Amino acid sequence: MKKKTGVFVCHCGINIAGTVDVKKVAGDLAKHDGVDVSEDYVYMCSDPGQNMIIESIKENKLDNVVVACCSPTLHETTFRNAAKAAGINDFQCEIANIREQCSWVHKDMDKGTAKATKITKSAVEKVRQNEALEPISIPVTRRALVIGGGIAGIQAALDIANTGYEVILVERNPSIGGHMIQLSETFPTLDCSQCILSPKMVEVSKHPKIKLMTYSEVQEISGYVGNFNVKILQKPTYVDPDKCTLCDECTKVCPVVMTNEFDMGLTGRKAIYIPFPQAIPATYALDIRGCPGLVPIACGKCADVCEPEAIDYDMKAEIIEEEVGSIIVATGYDLYEKENLSEYGYGKYTDVLDGLQFERLCSASGPTQGKVLRPSDHKEPKEVVFIQCAGSRDPELHCAYCSKICCMYTAKHAMLYKHHVPDGQAYIFYIDIRSGGKGYEEFVQRAVEEDGVVYLRGKVAKVFEDKGKIKVWGVDTLAGKDIEIDADMVVLATAMRPSEGASELVKKLKIAMDKDGFLAEAHPKLRPVESVTSGMFLAGAAQAPKDIPEAVAQASGAAAKAISILSQERLFHSPMVAKVSLNLCTGCGMCVEVCPYDALSLKDGKVEVNEVLCEGCGTCQATCLRAAINVKNTTPSQVHEMIRASLGG
Amino acid sequence: MAEQFEPRIVAFLCKWCSSAGSDLAGVSRMQYPPNVIPITVMCSGSVSPLYIFDAFNKGADGVLVSGCHPGDCHYIKGNYYARRRIAIVKKLLDFIGLEPERFQMSWVSAAEGKKYTQIISDFVEELKPLGPQTKLRRNI
Repeated sequence: MKKKTGVFVCHCGINIAGTVDVKKVAGDLAKHDGVDVSEDYVYMCSDPGQNMIIESIKENKLDNVVVACCSPTLHETTFRNAAKAAGINDFQCEIANIREQCSWVHKDMDKGTAKATKITKSAVEKVRQNEALEPISIPVTRRALVIGGGIAGIQAALDIANTGYEVILVERNPSIGGHMIQLSETFPTLDCSQCILSPKMVEVSKHPKIKLMTYSEVQEISGYVGNFNVKILQKPTYVDPDKCTLCDECTKVCPVVMTNEFDMGLTGRKAIYIPFPQAIPATYALDIRGCPGLVPIACGKCADVCEPEAIDYDMKAEIIEEEVGSIIVATGYDLYEKENLSEYGYGKYTDVLDGLQFERLCSASGPTQGKVLRPSDHKEPKEVVFIQCAGSRDPELHCAYCSKICCMYTAKHAMLYKHHVPDGQAYIFYIDIRSGGKGYEEFVQRAVEEDGVVYLRGKVAKVFEDKGKIKVWGVDTLAGKDIEIDADMVVLATAMRPSEGASELVKKLKIAMDKDGFLAEAHPKLRPVESVTSGMFLAGAAQAPKDIPEAVAQASGAAAKAISILSQERLFHSPMVAKVSLNLCTGCGMCVEVCPYDALSLKDGKVEVNEVLCEGCGTCQATCLRAAINVKNTTPSQVHEMIRASLGG
Repeated sequence: MAEQFEPRIVAFLCKWCSSAGSDLAGVSRMQYPPNVIPITVMCSGSVSPLYIFDAFNKGADGVLVSGCHPGDCHYIKGNYYARRRIAIVKKLLDFIGLEPERFQMSWVSAAEGKKYTQIISDFVEELKPLGPQTKLRRNI
């Protein structure tokens, strides 16, 4: 039986009717083969407009409809729902975009009308061959994976776990806490960072719904939204956390001294160590990069003194497989590499520090127990120069972007320094002060007015050592003067970079990165916590430089998004997927090779489609020499008819 | 003098980048010649060489395939396949003797309304001096 098609052309006020003779388009379409009804209306998306479509479908017993209006990104859902309400399948409705792709970009009425007619006819040809489809339903694994145990990962894990869903929190270091646990105080309130973070860390370790996997890395991910399979590599710590009593006898006998990462290299630690006193999980780890050998003959001193026999040299790396429904990526940041900032003597002079090293110097748990002393001679520095934008906002040599948090933490550093050394002098070189945020501008003003920090607007040209001092040559562009400061210490507000290893993880997850290597969000304004891959969400500085409140807010947002998946029993997937014509398929396997989603496989000499994995991209369709595999509702036969209509045939 | 020749162009635009980019051109009210009829496909990787030949057979004076920028494909790598396939199609069309200007590929992101406008305007200008495409046109 011949299919009956209805066409509904929208004026969109004068948005379409201004350049397109809508009545003529509707009239021409009425004469088009296979069109039974063709009408126009001033606003098709309004209630009366939609009702007109619904009534017409019912009255004329239409099989399918075309609505010629704005872009399908706007009202496709509206009109498909209207079609459904009239009793036909929603996929029997197609949109002809005659606004964004026609009336808005042309001025000539005749040509605009002719083009709109062709676009609409093309949509008619397509819809006539559309199949009625039902969304594909898939079950959901109701657990989440959070990658990264900094503040963003911790917050996301707690938010999800507190709604009752299980969470696996993976952290590659021996303890969670991230960079936030290294900080001394936080702006703009000057709360002690450890004091506000450690309760959350303890909550993570005690939470019945959180499975914490430290010293672990995600190795492989497969699957799709609602059903991801994850392989996690758990590296051996060689210390049984259940037996370890934290007596610290092992570190006393360990002969190997290594760089202490927690203190940013300002101190050393032993090869067997606990990262910091509040570490979660509270246990030691043996760093095999420094350990002389895992055989007792080589050393074995730690095992000898360990009374509870917690040390196990035979511990092996394990690969643990988990199934989860959604994933949150919170891999954080690292500082811009030292070797890139040689103009400031970073990495060359002991008393040129980065921001995190200065945090450790100010921290009560740091190498100097909270006294600000210069690393070279342990004397109190009396003149300290802080340099902002060290590596940021410099498209020629370094990173083009603003690292966002440095203006605030430099103000805090200068303020903390003045609290520790009241008779000292703090100078800050800056390009601009960016202090947008609640209480932030007031905080910077406080640094200037109450603590007498001197702000110098300009860049530093050179930093070099001279007679036990660090000479800083710069320029004050407001006074128009060259500045020379004999400093005792220089602190750089180094740029933030995506954390090391983030780019490899991105490839495993099949999500995208932006030009600077930060994780790309699905839409910069409207989908800021979603990645481009459905079911994977972003939190914290991995997505872009951000401070603690922003990281926490984004983490809670990502958690809510993850929960919106976990809270459903089943998910629905677009049914516009590939379909194989078995009588045409020869089993050559070319399509299997090109499928970006591994959705195709060969079975008994024919190709089989996993409809859940298939995203409907059609790469297989263009590869098949025999037209044996086609994406539903975008088949070659439909496209060929659309081409004919587009050319006025 | 005869009426000025207006080329007829079929443009295959991927849904996620180029079609969205052409929507942006519309939202921004940028103006370009009305010679192009867009056909939105899911991915530039789904554009079969047969679509291109079919368009020329049916009388198109020019064909454009436009996808996401390399590396930005919504379907991970569909546009890489498109790029390779189109390179071959271009060679074949050249071998047949069709003017190479008649078939083009471009990368237009969802943010590049201006670029889309420019590409269409340039394409139309390039096709005008060539006159109607008759080489592959079937007399139907």
